[in-house]
Amino acid sequence: MSDAPKEIMFAQACNMAMAKAMADDPKVILLGEDIADEQGGGVFKVTAGLSAQFGTDRVRSTPISEQAIVGAAVGSALVGYKPVAEIMLMNFITVAMDQIVNHAAKLRFMSGGQTSVPLTIRTTTGAGTGLGGQHSDMLEAWLAHVPGLKVVAASNPADAYGLLYSSIMDPNPVIFIENTPTYFTKGPAPAPDHVVPLGVASVPREGSDISLITYSRGVGACHAVAEKLAGEGISCEVVDLRTIAPFDEETVLKSVAKTKAAVVVHEAVKNFGTGAEISSRIHEELFSELKAPVGRVGSGYAPVPFSPAIEKAWMFSEDDIEREIRKILG
Amino acid sequence: MSDTQMADKDVLIDIFTRADLIMQSDIKFRKMIGAGQLQIVYYPVRGQEVVSSAMMAAVNQEDYLVTIYRGLHDQLAKGIPSKDLWAEFAGKMAGTCKGKGGPMHITHPETGVMVTTGIVGSGIPIANGLALASQLEKDGKVTVCCFGDGASNIGAFHEGLNMAQVWKLPVIFLCQNNLYSEHTPMAFATSSDTIKQRGEGLGMRSVRVNGNDASEMYAAAKEAVEYARAGNGPTLIEAMTFRFHGHLLGDTGHYIPEAEMEQALKDDPMPILRQQLLDIQVSEADIAAIEAKNKEIIDEAAQFALDAPYPPGDEYRIDVLDVEIAA
Repeated sequence: MSDAPKEIMFAQACNMAMAKAMADDPKVILLGEDIADEQGGGVFKVTAGLSAQFGTDRVRSTPISEQAIVGAAVGSALVGYKPVAEIMLMNFITVAMDQIVNHAAKLRFMSGGQTSVPLTIRTTTGAGTGLGGQHSDMLEAWLAHVPGLKVVAASNPADAYGLLYSSIMDPNPVIFIENTPTYFTKGPAPAPDHVVPLGVASVPREGSDISLITYSRGVGACHAVAEKLAGEGISCEVVDLRTIAPFDEETVLKSVAKTKAAVVVHEAVKNFGTGAEISSRIHEELFSELKAPVGRVGSGYAPVPFSPAIEKAWMFSEDDIEREIRKILG
Repeated sequence: MSDTQMADKDVLIDIFTRADLIMQSDIKFRKMIGAGQLQIVYYPVRGQEVVSSAMMAAVNQEDYLVTIYRGLHDQLAKGIPSKDLWAEFAGKMAGTCKGKGGPMHITHPETGVMVTTGIVGSGIPIANGLALASQLEKDGKVTVCCFGDGASNIGAFHEGLNMAQVWKLPVIFLCQNNLYSEHTPMAFATSSDTIKQRGEGLGMRSVRVNGNDASEMYAAAKEAVEYARAGNGPTLIEAMTFRFHGHLLGDTGHYIPEAEMEQALKDDPMPILRQQLLDIQVSEADIAAIEAKNKEIIDEAAQFALDAPYPPGDEYRIDVLDVEIAA
């Protein structure tokens, strides 16, 4: 163990979580385009080495057939498997929405609890890499709106490890959203038995003036802004949701009850985003205690642009977060 | 399509017993809905009884079935007890799915009925997953996946059949070709002459049979099941059939030419199968006894469905996730 690295990359953490889940439970199988070593171990190498370790029966490269991939995951999950389907990029989930929304999410309910669908769909996305409108969208709000699905997004390698393991072992269908631009960012390595329960937010930075409620890449941006404003005596608390649906209302409300101000921050398009739901819940519970209405920061109501100049203008930023905080705190 | 040998007497009696239960159930559902005793959307199955019955007679109870909203015949043929099924159709707590699925979403794992879907074609990728589990487990089970001719025009069909063939999955794709997708005749919306050709295009073993002929359908089913159990992979069976009462109850079938309907009714598989039993020396009394027993089962199931209580409203919070959701 002394040789274990002190820091690992996000992509590595996901790989380690899958390896642990596969070693712990023979019912865990992986499906996805190019995921076996013969095909390169995944376009981003997140599954590299797993087929060598566990065989290509359990780590299966598939045709480019997202409906068939998710369908195979649904069917095997119905009879006791814990499949992890990789949908390479989040935009490709649109092709499999029928399987996700009408089947994975609903079969437990529509069968009156006779069957369940313990699958995990891993998918990655994120703007800022010049991939344009069809390879960069954050679509978590669509999925969070579907009863029966859990939606998870980690902000650092240790959480990715602990959350992905929990997602795979969870008895419900889970969408696990990875972030392409931070795949190769390092963070403290988790202990091998590190598990992060679903539905539990963390408070990586405590503060007293305002709560910044966020997830995924928003956490890094909020930390940076909090650090900057601390120099001016503004104390920001950062809440990392980790599980977007169902989100940890208790932690969010407790934080805002203390600071009496909040901004919800996400990379996804602001309009009709998860920030609207979270902001509404805060207003419903804490309206009379708030210093000002809850603020929201998200990206522009437009497709992700290609040209870096437009993409930068479109995308949520640390400046947007700072501006929103100053507006609220007056 | 017609030089198949007649199936064994026991097999034909088995197929007839299932098919008659389906026919009588369909008649009773239409009657009760017509009389206002049940308020449900119903997709009639009269005319397609023999396809399902012969297919399910060729598999075991523990084999899996994935079917579609027009699925009463498949579900009964696979063995779901009538009382449980009728109660679910009526939305009652005693139904297979506690009234939360309804006619279009029947599940009954005890008899292998794993999914009934209301989305055309989408059972196909799921059937692959069940078959993949069997392949990994080496449990010898096969998965039967039923759909109509219309489903061959949706993407899931092509993705699903391709994957099943690439992985040599133990699955039987049973296309019950009743020549109409909803109100649209096959020739209007389907570019190939047969569905079988589409299976062949995907490299799959594919056959086309008269699904309304019990012996021919059973022989094709049995062969496909043996082929799958031996690890050879999937088969597409295009079983030709017809539906006599439209897409859903209330549909007058105005789009079906009179001559076509007349011919189809002349070819009604039920009286033909009944006559076949008489021809092979099954007595009228024995046949009548099967019919009477089925009637008794259905009458009891229908009454049970009417009398059974509805689920409590709070039931919507259960089975969304593994834990109850908040009110």
